[in-house]
Amino acid sequence: MAKASTFRNMVVCLFLICFVCSGLLAVVNALTEAPIAEANVAKINASIAAVVPTFDNEPSSEVFQVTVGSDAISVYPATLEGALVGYAVETFSNKGFGGRITLMVGFQPDGTVYNTSVVSHAETPGLGDKMDASKSNFSEQFKGIHPSTFRLAVKKDGGDIDAITASTITSRAFADAVSRAYEAFLLIENDSKEEM
Amino acid sequence: MGRLKLITRGIIQENPTFVLVLGMCPTLGTTTSAINGMGMGLATTFVLILSNMVISLIAGLIPAKVRIPSYIVVIATLVTILQLLMQVFVPSLYETLGLFIPLIVVNCIVLGRAEAFANKNGVLDSACDGIGSGLGFTLALTSLGLVREILGSGSAFGWKFIEGDGILAFVLAPGAFIALGYLMVLYNKFVKSKIQ
Repeated sequence: MAKASTFRNMVVCLFLICFVCSGLLAVVNALTEAPIAEANVAKINASIAAVVPTFDNEPSSEVFQVTVGSDAISVYPATLEGALVGYAVETFSNKGFGGRITLMVGFQPDGTVYNTSVVSHAETPGLGDKMDASKSNFSEQFKGIHPSTFRLAVKKDGGDIDAITASTITSRAFADAVSRAYEAFLLIENDSKEEM
Repeated sequence: MGRLKLITRGIIQENPTFVLVLGMCPTLGTTTSAINGMGMGLATTFVLILSNMVISLIAGLIPAKVRIPSYIVVIATLVTILQLLMQVFVPSLYETLGLFIPLIVVNCIVLGRAEAFANKNGVLDSACDGIGSGLGFTLALTSLGLVREILGSGSAFGWKFIEGDGILAFVLAPGAFIALGYLMVLYNKFVKSKIQ
């Protein structure tokens, strides 16, 4: 059973426990740091590969930032034999039902959306998570659209998107994220024109 | 009390969810599907077994007045280790459970078992107690998740058997309370009444 408490043994005891625990955590952290970073890179690479046409470079090492409004958006250029085949734009929306959603949106060089994929979200399982391509075909309708001719808003708001049943908020957030990605794409396009 | 009895006590007579009604925050928050409930239950079980064992070993050395902070440091260390390991081995589950994993630190069941059992008993007995309570919690969360998944999205363990949507309320917060209430009624009627 527990000992009587004196000032000295309380201080020593807490110090020892904290010391041992922090040492243990340092060891586990050192062991898991690399695998976690690897897993994150692999995840980003997988979502890039899903949204742009075949490429042979390493988009995650050529990433650059574009500022849309006050937010920095990461853009991953994909090239095949040196020629640009598309941009993967890691975009987000804070308008999701469960907070921030992060998407990867792939654009072809002319601005057509090649494909989209969900990187992370906290939407309601069974409802909002249908935006994930593995759960429903909601995201299919973004394939091959050009945001200049396609109104990125749900039909309820006068746009062209068929919302997920009972998840209008999630669908709106998805549209918001895709239009943010398009804004980023337009900025890249402007920049590259200026360079030419 | 035999060791087997210690295990079954945690599962049936003193089931943390249905009888002691402890740890309601993760119970209601993570059980949107059977898999999520089970993942949360097993994560808690892991922490419970190890924290019970460590605390039963060090309880005799800790002055009575600082025992709670000492236990919390031990539990928090174990949870952080679990968090790091989950990011490496089950990143998708880690993402779904999100905030609820660090919240295991303040789960009443873990500290409750440390205070009520582990600091007065031997290592093996404490481990059995942790296994029992953990499995009881896992079973409760899995069954609650299963009921909500069947009613809310027409699937069980991710396997969809009804096309279309279920009763939406069950995947949202109110459904958690309703389903838990009815499960408690059934538990009291069919299980608890028999063993008393």
